[in-house]
Amino acid sequence: MPNIPVTAGRARLSLRARQFLQKLRHGDEVAHLITLLAAASIIVVTVMLVYQLYINSILPRHKFGFEFFLGRTWDPVSGDFGALPFIYGTLVSSALALLVAVPLGVGAAIFLSELAPPRVSNYLTFVIELLAAVPSVIYGVLGIFILVPVLRSAVMPFLKHTLGFLPLFKGPIYGVSMLAGGLVLALMIVPYIISVSREVLLAVPVEQREAALGLGATKWESTWQVVVPFARVGIMASVFLALARALGETMAVTMVIGNDPKISASLFAPAYSIAAVIANEFTEATGDLYLQALIELGLVLFLVTIVINGLARLVIMATTQKGTSQA
Amino acid sequence: MRLKTSITHIAVGLAIVMVGLGVSADAPSAAPAPASAMLINAAGATFPYPIYSKWFDEYHKLHPDIEFNYQSIGSGGGIRQVLAGTVDFGASDGPMTDEQLGQAKIKILHFPTVLGADVPTYNLPGINQELNFTPEALAGIFLGNITKWNDPAIAGANPGVGLPDTDIVVVHRSDGSGTTYIWVDYLSKVSEEWKTKVGKNTSVNWPVGLGGKGNEGVSGLVKQTPGAIGYVELIYAIQNKMPYGKVRNSSGVFVKADLASVTAAAAATAKSMPDDFRVSITNAPGKGAYPISSFTWLLVPTKISDPAKKKAIVDFLHWMLQDGQGLTEALSYARLPKEVVAKETKAISQVN
Repeated sequence: MPNIPVTAGRARLSLRARQFLQKLRHGDEVAHLITLLAAASIIVVTVMLVYQLYINSILPRHKFGFEFFLGRTWDPVSGDFGALPFIYGTLVSSALALLVAVPLGVGAAIFLSELAPPRVSNYLTFVIELLAAVPSVIYGVLGIFILVPVLRSAVMPFLKHTLGFLPLFKGPIYGVSMLAGGLVLALMIVPYIISVSREVLLAVPVEQREAALGLGATKWESTWQVVVPFARVGIMASVFLALARALGETMAVTMVIGNDPKISASLFAPAYSIAAVIANEFTEATGDLYLQALIELGLVLFLVTIVINGLARLVIMATTQKGTSQA
Repeated sequence: MRLKTSITHIAVGLAIVMVGLGVSADAPSAAPAPASAMLINAAGATFPYPIYSKWFDEYHKLHPDIEFNYQSIGSGGGIRQVLAGTVDFGASDGPMTDEQLGQAKIKILHFPTVLGADVPTYNLPGINQELNFTPEALAGIFLGNITKWNDPAIAGANPGVGLPDTDIVVVHRSDGSGTTYIWVDYLSKVSEEWKTKVGKNTSVNWPVGLGGKGNEGVSGLVKQTPGAIGYVELIYAIQNKMPYGKVRNSSGVFVKADLASVTAAAAATAKSMPDDFRVSITNAPGKGAYPISSFTWLLVPTKISDPAKKKAIVDFLHWMLQDGQGLTEALSYARLPKEVVAKETKAISQVN
């Protein structure tokens, strides 16, 4: 009697084992396992990162609490740390960069995918993708030696003269400024927007274009009213990729933004970003509170990125739904 | 059959790659140093890095069995690593605080190695003379109280120079650095207002000004911005042939920074040198002393458990104080005064 369930169990087990072996041979299980590990490792790394930032910033978190986000002073001597000027600098410089880079990047992508001859398009795309691989310190050097002098001697005086009544363009002109930081960032993120948007636009089915042209639309009407809306979600994804890059950029920004943790409405005033202050002060930060305040800034940058990405997803969802309901 | 052959191919390929890796990994470690080579790890200040690497290189030539690995990660990192015991010794541009020394499990000694100085550099189109700066003028400018170049506080020290009525643009370091520490340490000594309002650290809450990253960032901003004033390391100014001003010392003399006037500042304080060498020599007495000078230190634990390593480090310290000092001036570092060398030589015996 007791023999039967054992044999049955062994039979079932061996059946299961045989099935597993079969799947293994077909590669399904292996592929499943490997890709699962790959996906899990990303999550593990992220969680460990946040955990380390969190436990290594215990001193300032206890001392300042939520005030850390609102404090406007950054004083390593007296040990008074607030992140607001850095959060402000990070957000405004990135927003400025998007303001310039999105029209430029999407415009270029439309040209490359829809209007340019394929040979020209491929050649230009190769050059643009090279731009994305240029180290950021190179952009910073270009910023210092070319962009900043041009801003100081020509662009800023012109803006001040014509639009100086706006608070955006008031105050003394130094060259290094929030404006310079935003423009260098724009230069850096444009290749991302062009490269990804072009791919997305090229992926729009030819039938869409043919249908629009067949209904009597001009080339531009078909591009602007059919192809671009079709690719909208992908284009937005390219913009968010670029934004993430802008939020975390360090070297190029610190070289041209002026590194002054003050909040000013004027784009001519120097500013500071979270990533820049961490890179600048981390090596020489003496004292535990100071060092941990810098680590907490890292945590803040992480939070800022999450919030911005969350908002971005909401925007995508909202616009996609609008699109479908119209269609 | 086809599958089998391709697997064999892959296996053979892998074997070749692995053999290749094995060979290439073995090669470098087998080649240069003898088997008994000792590696001494050190980390810290960036400012003395050129002279330190010269010293370590020269010393390695004399003693091929001893090799130094110095990481110039910054003074803060040097202090942290020597406290954590992850390096054999550290290096710092600012002395460790009492609080930091209290954290040490093994007592840590300071050994001054060379001297550095900060100089004020400026960009005033049309002015070719060297400007004189009083301590009051420098403090006033960096506090934001003096905003015009023709302010009496500057003009008074520069008779006959037609200073313009332009705005002063202050430029400071944005990165934490020993250079900043020396500058603000000096300002804290000469200005009560600076001491209470700003204070001293490797990075401070600047009342005014733009931040440039590194000496090159500051000098770049100063060169580009008419009316700018900033501070850079003396060595950087000499090597890049930058103009810089004289500063009035505590004896009332306007002194231009050079290797002699910096060493003079150290010599002037040698008599009052504390036994642990943790001393600030900014605003030093003496007619020839340049007032914005400082030592840079090696941080050596008093107990080194490995006797061979202990001997190597002690021998190096002796060599650094004698022959090593002869190499400093070629690299524009000011050498230690004789009195300090004698005092340090005695202090080396504390390492055991």
